[in-house]
Amino acid sequence: MSKQTPADRRYSRDHEWAKDNGDGTALIGISDYAQEMLTDIVFVELPAIGKKVAKGAPVAVVESVKSVSDVYTPVSGEVVAVNNKLEEDPALINKDAFGEGWIVQMRLANAAELSSLMDAAAYDLFLQEGKH
Amino acid sequence: MWFGKMRKTPLYEKHVALNAKIIDFGGWAMPVQYTNVIEEHKSTRNAAGLFDICHMGEFAVKGPQSFDLLQLVLTRNLQNQEIGQVKLSALLNNEGCIIDDLTVYKLKKDYYMLVTNAAIRESDWQWIKSVRTEKGFNCTLEDISDQTGKLDLQGPFAQEIMQELIDLDYGNLRFYHFTETKLLNHPAIISRSGYTGEDGFEIYAPANIIGDIWDKLLAAGTNKGIKPVGLGARDTLRLEAGMLLNGQDMSENISPLEVPYGWIVDMDKEFIGAEALVALKKSGLQKKLAGFAMTGRGIARHGYKVYQSDKEIGIVTSGTFAPTLNKAIGLAFVDITCTAPDTEISIAIRDTMCPAKIVKIPFYKRQK
Repeated sequence: MSKQTPADRRYSRDHEWAKDNGDGTALIGISDYAQEMLTDIVFVELPAIGKKVAKGAPVAVVESVKSVSDVYTPVSGEVVAVNNKLEEDPALINKDAFGEGWIVQMRLANAAELSSLMDAAAYDLFLQEGKH
Repeated sequence: MWFGKMRKTPLYEKHVALNAKIIDFGGWAMPVQYTNVIEEHKSTRNAAGLFDICHMGEFAVKGPQSFDLLQLVLTRNLQNQEIGQVKLSALLNNEGCIIDDLTVYKLKKDYYMLVTNAAIRESDWQWIKSVRTEKGFNCTLEDISDQTGKLDLQGPFAQEIMQELIDLDYGNLRFYHFTETKLLNHPAIISRSGYTGEDGFEIYAPANIIGDIWDKLLAAGTNKGIKPVGLGARDTLRLEAGMLLNGQDMSENISPLEVPYGWIVDMDKEFIGAEALVALKKSGLQKKLAGFAMTGRGIARHGYKVYQSDKEIGIVTSGTFAPTLNKAIGLAFVDITCTAPDTEISIAIRDTMCPAKIVKIPFYKRQK
């Protein structure tokens, strides 16, 4: 069963989330639905700190046993931190996609991009529609 | 949806009911995983796994010259094959390259069953049939794939679970041998063989009862930890065991000498492709398939390029994270000069050169 979609962040149609830290940065991760689809994540490739990435561009790579998937950043900005714990324990994303399994922290280039993303209710609806 | 146009095995509805993730595998709608690959992989190594293999092809070859036909189209010398013995062999084209790797079951004198890969079944059929016609061999060839169901039961508890269904002299059923028997009152073949590196069985029975056998095996194995296993774990299991996959580690432009299949080629007999192999041996091999293990971070995948220093020396044919070994491994076609164990290589993963080294295969060997 998927976990409840937290209301404290925004979501993209590629199943990434961005959580505004209120200090000009946001945490980026993938949704619980995405980790469930990928199942056993065995490798995460993280970007270099300082890398500038535009909204919708790949910022990290997650691999399951059988698949390789790009993580697209839902907001433009500069990578200011990465979740190094994922190098040792990539399955943290499976265990806690919305918490301990965050992937990168971005300094927002354009905070308005956040409001263009779906809120939790819209994302849930988007998931429902996708299941038809 | 789009799976509607794909071929389905008799077990398809059971996979859907088990919530399996279904993929297109060579035109077949097959389960790639039921829960997750690592769990299914480990269940097979530590307990038992049950696989739907109904998509593979089976041909019956009967008649006075069936031996002559098979001896000519296959690389393996079948001269000393006993009734009840299975032999892995290769089917080559005139250029000495691999059409398919298949198993040969000798059921009786002048009566064989061939088991082919699913996606190649039609090419195998056309090729063997054309040779029979051209040479005028007195034997019949029948494609019995659609009426034949196949399940693989693999893992350390495979025998105990099989025993719940049928009492056989398991002690005398040796590896790569089979017995013709009855399962649920229908004729069946139980072969001690598989594609995982574990002990276990390949079970052949009429397609219309294969679902009942599936249910009975799952029920019999419940308290032993049996799990249905999809193609995802089938691939990681076979790769750890150093077994090859046609269409990936070999193809119609690769000879059996360039992959670890020298042992299924008997140059002491005549067969199609032999002359080309003699010529290839004489001119010397340029490339060979070798095992590798990543020594740093990263997982090499099919199609990634292999380097030594800055020189491109080959390509990855199979690569994955290996659940039993807890590291990334694979097979690659590399320059013959780079195939010695411990040779240091790099594999380009996206933009990064990642260190790896050549290792002996199999990567995994079960404790006996």
